[in-house]
Amino acid sequence: MSIQFVIAVTHLVSRKRPTLVSLVGIALGVAFFLAVSSLMRGSERDFIKRLVDNSPHLTVYDEYRNPQPQPATLRWPDGAVELRRVKPLREVRGIRGHAQKLAFIESLPGLRAAPVLVGSVVLTFAGRSEGVTLNGIVPAKMKGVSTIEDKMTQGSLEALAAHPNGLIIGEGLARKFGLSLGGVVNAVSPAGESRALKVVGIFRTGNAGYDETQTFALLKRAQGLLDRPDRVNRFILQFDDPYVARDVASLIEARIGYKAVSWLEASEDLMSVLLVRNLIMYSVVSAILVVAAFGIYNTISTIVMEKVHDIAILKSMGFHARDVRRIFLAEGVLLGLVGSLLGLGLGLGLMALLVQVEIKPPGATDTVHLPIYWGYDQYLLALGFAMVSAVGAAVLPARKAARVQPVTILRGMG
Amino acid sequence: MNRGPLTPNPSPTRDEGSQWSGPILAAENLGRVLPGEVPVTLVQDVTLDIERGEFVAIMGPSGSGKSSLLYLLGLLDTPTSGRVWLDGRDTSRFGEDELAATRLENLGFVFQFHFLLAEFTVLDNVLLPMRRLGARPEEKARQRAADLLQQFGLGDQGHKRPHQLSGGQRQRVAIARALANDPPVVLADEPTGNLDSRASANVRQILHDLTRELGKTVVAVTHDLTFASAADRRIGIVDGLIAPDWRA
Repeated sequence: MSIQFVIAVTHLVSRKRPTLVSLVGIALGVAFFLAVSSLMRGSERDFIKRLVDNSPHLTVYDEYRNPQPQPATLRWPDGAVELRRVKPLREVRGIRGHAQKLAFIESLPGLRAAPVLVGSVVLTFAGRSEGVTLNGIVPAKMKGVSTIEDKMTQGSLEALAAHPNGLIIGEGLARKFGLSLGGVVNAVSPAGESRALKVVGIFRTGNAGYDETQTFALLKRAQGLLDRPDRVNRFILQFDDPYVARDVASLIEARIGYKAVSWLEASEDLMSVLLVRNLIMYSVVSAILVVAAFGIYNTISTIVMEKVHDIAILKSMGFHARDVRRIFLAEGVLLGLVGSLLGLGLGLGLMALLVQVEIKPPGATDTVHLPIYWGYDQYLLALGFAMVSAVGAAVLPARKAARVQPVTILRGMG
Repeated sequence: MNRGPLTPNPSPTRDEGSQWSGPILAAENLGRVLPGEVPVTLVQDVTLDIERGEFVAIMGPSGSGKSSLLYLLGLLDTPTSGRVWLDGRDTSRFGEDELAATRLENLGFVFQFHFLLAEFTVLDNVLLPMRRLGARPEEKARQRAADLLQQFGLGDQGHKRPHQLSGGQRQRVAIARALANDPPVVLADEPTGNLDSRASANVRQILHDLTRELGKTVVAVTHDLTFASAADRRIGIVDGLIAPDWRA
């Protein structure tokens, strides 16, 4: 251990009260920083999780981002004659060769994919009609990409596999129709097909719009009802790490041509709002540490003033100006480091308390826990801010100490 | 220029590898003026040689500039004119770091007030310069510090804090600290100014013995006539000038 460091420690230890006050300042700053940051980041992630997990991370549509060029334009790009009123080829809509394309997507690592045929049908029951969205799904694959399984209040996704004419509806719709599990509704498609479907499951997501308009049936049944045999018009994908969705989207789009939209693209405006919110939050909580830094400045300045004779004697003894500067910078580093570690403990304690808090939002039936983020990046951030504040606070007193001229002090004593 | 100021050729020169045998400390037309609206002259045109092993007392009335001269000789202050030669080296060319390094190895200071670091034990205070220099391993340094304290009758006081010691004891610790890195020159500013007559006599004897037994050079500023009478040479300073016929 260098002698400069030993002197720094001795200065701090021999002035217990100011040292303690400085440490408490930094510790409280770091603890609040962590508590606020973990809450804000936790709620952000909770928000994103709801946003992201209730809808697919990535959806591949049976559309192109840019309209397909007409074959004639490709053949004669400089043609002098323009054909007007050319319409795209009439065909049954859907993703062409979906089996191979799905196989390609499933070969990518860290994701799960499911084919879906989405269409509109009209449900009629007891004289009431409602237009709803029918999702034709493969239950086994759907489990991997959707949280619908967890939202089932009655019945299950597997029941669909067992009942070829099964239908899963939302709680809102069930209430509208007065339907319960086992009830039979009639579904009519725009293609003119009609079929009686039995309710084998009811789900509740908490999103009223979704619960009233979305229904699920077997893919085969939906294909028949919508008169689109062996067609799917969407792939929905779920990733282990939702944040890779953007990159995978462009890869898929480049490879198979169809439009692939990631949740990041779909909610770009929201993501920038969250970023701004984080910036504001971190500037506010860092301000606490800046205030705490004044405590450190005060402590070290006082030590420099009290110890001006020691500094003079050290310099006359042969200590360099930079030795003296190091002593006081080391005091800043020590206060920052010890304060941060105390703050880290205190902050973790606060976070552990916060995570126990249960709140019941007005109008809701379930209590929820405060969402707390435990990521290590915020600890590093808090530590970084605390150290910068602490060392920054030590710079001025350290410079003043390094400039002490021994003769000026000795003359004053003579 | 590796030549002492007052020693004309071909007398002792400091060559590569050989020891400089001229004056250990020399002032050449040394002057120090404090700048300001009314500049204050502290030291004027002082030229003197101090030989190895000499015990020199600098005397003069209060405010005569004798402490200022000592600070200049001790490389603590920078002269406004003239230069200081230490062991044949012209210190006027040294930068701040080199001056500090020179003080660390070649000069030991004893002040009127002991200036021991209050939070450190007596032993640690003596260890400070050795730890900063880092030339001795910790074990050897501790041994030397203990030996020095033993030599000055403080062998059993090493673990105490400075405030637990008497004034005379503290001043002896300060002398031990000044000698820690075994410098050839010890500079003392009123070393007995704050002591009773018994402690003064003790400190005076120690400084005297340093020159006789260890071959150190001691330059002491003093008011104390008894102290001055023990010195080999007395230099009078009045109004910043050497006063050859000054008598207290």
